Amino acid sequence: MSRRKPISTGSDWTFELLEQYDQEIARIAKEKFKLDTYPNQIEVIRSDQMMDAYASVGMPVSYNHWTYGKKYVSTEKNYSRGRMGLAYEIVINSDPCIAYLMEENSMTMQALVIAHACYGHNSFFKGNYLFRTWTDAEAIIDYLVFAKNYIAECEERHGVDAVESTLDSCHALMNYGVDRYQRPVPISAEDEKVRQKEREHYIQTHLNDLWRTIPDTHKQIDEPKRVNFPEQPQENILYFVEKSAPHLEPWQREIVRIVRKMAQYFYPQRQTQVMNEGWATFWHYTILNEMYDEGLVTDAFMMEFLTSHTNVVAQPEFDSPYYSGINPYALGFAMMTDIRRICENPTDEDKRWFPEIAGADWLETLHHAMKNYRDESFVEQYLSPTVIRKFRFFALEDNEYKSTIDVTAIHDDEGYRRVREVLSQQYNLSANEPDIQVHSVDVRGDRSLTLRHHQHNGRPLNDETTEVLKHLRRLWGYDVRLESLKDDQRSWTFATND
Amino acid sequence: MPYIIDRRLNSKNKNTVNRQRFLRRYRKQIKKSVSEAIGRRSITDMDRGEDVSIPKDDVNEPVFGHGQGGERNFVLSGNKEFSKGDKIQRPPQSEGGGSGEGEASDSGEGDDEFVFQISQEEFLEFMFEDLALPNMVKRQLADSSEFKMVRAGYSEAGSPSQLNVVRSLKSAHARKIALGGKNRRRRKELRLELEALIEPLSDKQEIRKAEIVAEIEVLSRKLNAIPYIDEFDLKYNLTVKLPQPSPKAVMFCLMDVSGSMTEDIKDTAKRFFFLLYLFLKRNYEKIDLVFIRHHNTASEVNEHDFFYSRETGGTVVSSALTLMDEIITDRYPPSQWNIYAAQASDGDNWQGDTEQCVELLNEKILPCVQHYSYIEIGKRPPQELWYSYKEIQSGIFSDRFDLKAVQDNSQIYPVFRQLFERGVK
Repeated sequence: MSRRKPISTGSDWTFELLEQYDQEIARIAKEKFKLDTYPNQIEVIRSDQMMDAYASVGMPVSYNHWTYGKKYVSTEKNYSRGRMGLAYEIVINSDPCIAYLMEENSMTMQALVIAHACYGHNSFFKGNYLFRTWTDAEAIIDYLVFAKNYIAECEERHGVDAVESTLDSCHALMNYGVDRYQRPVPISAEDEKVRQKEREHYIQTHLNDLWRTIPDTHKQIDEPKRVNFPEQPQENILYFVEKSAPHLEPWQREIVRIVRKMAQYFYPQRQTQVMNEGWATFWHYTILNEMYDEGLVTDAFMMEFLTSHTNVVAQPEFDSPYYSGINPYALGFAMMTDIRRICENPTDEDKRWFPEIAGADWLETLHHAMKNYRDESFVEQYLSPTVIRKFRFFALEDNEYKSTIDVTAIHDDEGYRRVREVLSQQYNLSANEPDIQVHSVDVRGDRSLTLRHHQHNGRPLNDETTEVLKHLRRLWGYDVRLESLKDDQRSWTFATND
Repeated sequence: MPYIIDRRLNSKNKNTVNRQRFLRRYRKQIKKSVSEAIGRRSITDMDRGEDVSIPKDDVNEPVFGHGQGGERNFVLSGNKEFSKGDKIQRPPQSEGGGSGEGEASDSGEGDDEFVFQISQEEFLEFMFEDLALPNMVKRQLADSSEFKMVRAGYSEAGSPSQLNVVRSLKSAHARKIALGGKNRRRRKELRLELEALIEPLSDKQEIRKAEIVAEIEVLSRKLNAIPYIDEFDLKYNLTVKLPQPSPKAVMFCLMDVSGSMTEDIKDTAKRFFFLLYLFLKRNYEKIDLVFIRHHNTASEVNEHDFFYSRETGGTVVSSALTLMDEIITDRYPPSQWNIYAAQASDGDNWQGDTEQCVELLNEKILPCVQHYSYIEIGKRPPQELWYSYKEIQSGIFSDRFDLKAVQDNSQIYPVFRQLFERGVK
C-alpha cells in the first residue's frame, strides 16, 4: 500500500486533528475490520470532570446519593496524592455511544482512546448478546434522567433521609436485583412515567389481598393445605420486595425498581470484563498498527503508543507486589490475539484443540466469539494451551479441611483442561456470588421472610450478612432470616430478630 | 460523523451534592477530626483544609459475599517452581488463602481508615457550625447606608439599559392593532370583493374594481403610516431602593500581654482570639474588630500586631477596660451598635486594680454591651480576677457575662463553642 503523509507529528491535539484521526480510524474499523458501532459522541473533559464520571460509576446522569460522594472524595484524594492515575477514557453503553476523553492526553493517547473506546467498546456494546438482550442503549440516558428527577422529587416530598435510607437498603441488595435467566422488558422513560402511576395503584390493591387479615371462616376449616409463598424460590430479591413487601410506600417501590433497573443495566458489564477489554485492546492495537502501515502515523507516535499499550497489557506475576488478580486487559488481549493466530497460523496442537477454527477466517471467528460469549464461556471455549503457557497459569485448591494449599494443575498437557476449567469458573458470577434466593414468607404467622443460601463448595457467607439482612428487613417490614444450606443441611441461620 | 464536544467549560463539581451528602452523613466524625486538628495546629495555618479519617467499617456498604472457609479453586499467573501435586504451606492467618480474586488485595494494604480531604471552606464550615453571637439586635433600622435594589414592576421612563424589550414590543404590537384594526378589516373585505370579480368584467364592475383598488391603496398607505415602534411603547424595568436594616456589631478583643503571661499562655490566648477572628470574619459581613492589648498600659493595635508581636510589662487590667470604654464613647455609640467583648488573661492583676475593674465593668461597660466573655488561661488555681468576675456573673448582668477557665490549647475549641453555641444565652 502506498504510504501516505502522517496526519500529525507533534504530541498536541486539536479538535480538527481529533476529527481527522477519528475519520481514518472509522474508515479502517468499518471498511477493513467490519466493526459495527453505534454513532459516537466524543466529549473532551478535564481531569476533575473525569473524577466526577468515576464517582457516578460512569453514568452521565445519576441520582444523588452519599455513596457517589464517598467514591468522589476517595478518588480525589488518591489522585491528588499521585497514588493513582485516572483512566484515559470512560465509555458509556448508550446510543449514541458517549466516550469521555481527558484533555491531558497527548494526540497519540487520544487516538488510542478513540480506537479503543469509540470502535472497540462501542462495537462490543452493539454486538455482544448479553448487551443486546439485557440493556437498551437507546433508552438508558432517558431512563437515568427519569430516575434522577423522580428521586429528587421524592426527596422534596419525603425528605432526604427517608430516601437515602431506602436507597442504602436497595444498594445493599443491588447484586440480587437482576434477572439472571429471564429477559427483561425494555425500558423507556416515556412509558415509565405512565406505567408508574398504574403500577402504584395496582400493587397497592394487590397487596391488600395478599395480607388480608380478617379470617375467612370457610377457608379455616380446610386449613391443612398450606400454600408456600412465593410458590417458587425467587432469585431476584429486589423484584420480590418491589412486588410483595407489604408496607412499602408507592414511591419506595419505585425506588426499588430504579435500583433494580440500574443493576440490570450493569449486569452484562460485570460478566464481560475480560472480553470487553480484550476486544477493545485488540482493536486499538490492530487499528493503530494498520494506520502505521498506511503511513498515517509517525514512528514517534508508535513508540509512545506501544509504551502505553505495553503497560496496559502487563500481567504481574502472583508473587509480585503489584499483583492484584488477573489483568482482564492482558488476558483478553492475549486471547483475542491468539484466536487470530490460531486462524492464520495454526500449529498441530491448535489443530487438535481447535479443529473448528484452525485455518478459518480470523475476522469472522473473532466477530463470532465477541457476539456469542461471556467471560466464563469465552475462557472455557477459547483459552488455548499457548496462552496458558504464556501466562504460566497454575490452579490451586484451598480447602479449609486441609493444612496446605494444593497445586492441582499447571501449564502442561495434563493440566491445560483443569486450568481452563478453574479459570472459567473464576469468571462465573453465579459461583462468585453466593446463591441466595427468597424461600418463603410466613404468611399466616409473623410474616417473616426466609432466604436460603445454597453453599457452593461449602463456602460460608461473610461477616456482613447480618447487616445486609437488616437492610432487607427495613424494606420488607418484618423479620428476615437467612438459612445457609450445606448439601441441603442447614448449617447456619442468620436473623434480624436476635 | 461523530460529534466531538468540548465539555471542558461545563460546570465544575457535578458531584458537589453527593459530596455534601457524604459529609452530612459523617458529620460527627468529621467534626471530631476538625476539633482535634484545631488543637494541633499553629495559629498561622488555622484556616486550611484537613485530612479526615473515618474507620472503614463505618463507611462500608454491606453486600452478600463469600467468607473464608470451604473449598476454593483459583488460578494464578506466573508459575515458577510448582508442579502438580505440590502442597504449599498456608501463609500466616490474616490474608487467608492468598489473593486470587483481586478483592483481597485492597485490604492487603492494611488500611483500616477511610481517609479523605475536606477543603478549607468545609473545614471552617464545620468549625463554626451552629455558632452565633448572642443577643444580636437589629439597631438603626433607618441607617441610610444600606440599600437593596428590588424589582418593582415596569415604568414608562427609564434609562436605555433598563429597557424591557419584550414588554416594549408587546405594547407596540397592541398599539398597531388598536390603531389599524378598522382599516385593516376594511381592506380585507375589499380584497375579498376584488377576488370575487371574475373576468370578463362588465363596465359597472370595471368601475367598481377601480374604486376598490384606489381605496385599498389609501388604506394601505394609512396602515403603513402607523409607526412600528413609538416612544409611547417603550417600557422600562423598574427597580426601587429599599433601605435595609443592618445589624451593626463591633467586637473588642482584650488580651493581657504582661510578663506573667508565658509564651504558652499567650499562644493559647491568641488561639482563642484567632478562632474568634475567623469566626467573625466568616459569619458577619459587616463587623468591626477592635484589638486591645495591655500590660500596665493598654493600646489599640491592628490584627497583625495583636497576633504576632511581643511586648511585656506589669499588669493593670483596668487600663484595657478604660481604653475600651473610651473607644465605645468615641466611636461606637451603644444606641447604634451591638457591642461584644472577649477578654483573655492568666488571672494576674496589680493589687487593688481588680476592684476598679469590677466597677468599670458594672458601671460603664456591661450596661452597653450585648455580651462579654472572659477566659482565664493556665494550670494554676483561679486568681483574684476570677473570683471578682465570678461575682459579676451572679449579679444583675448575668445574662450577658460569661467566664470560662482553660488549661491548654486542646480546650480552646470546646470552650469557644460553649461560649458561642447558638441558642445559648
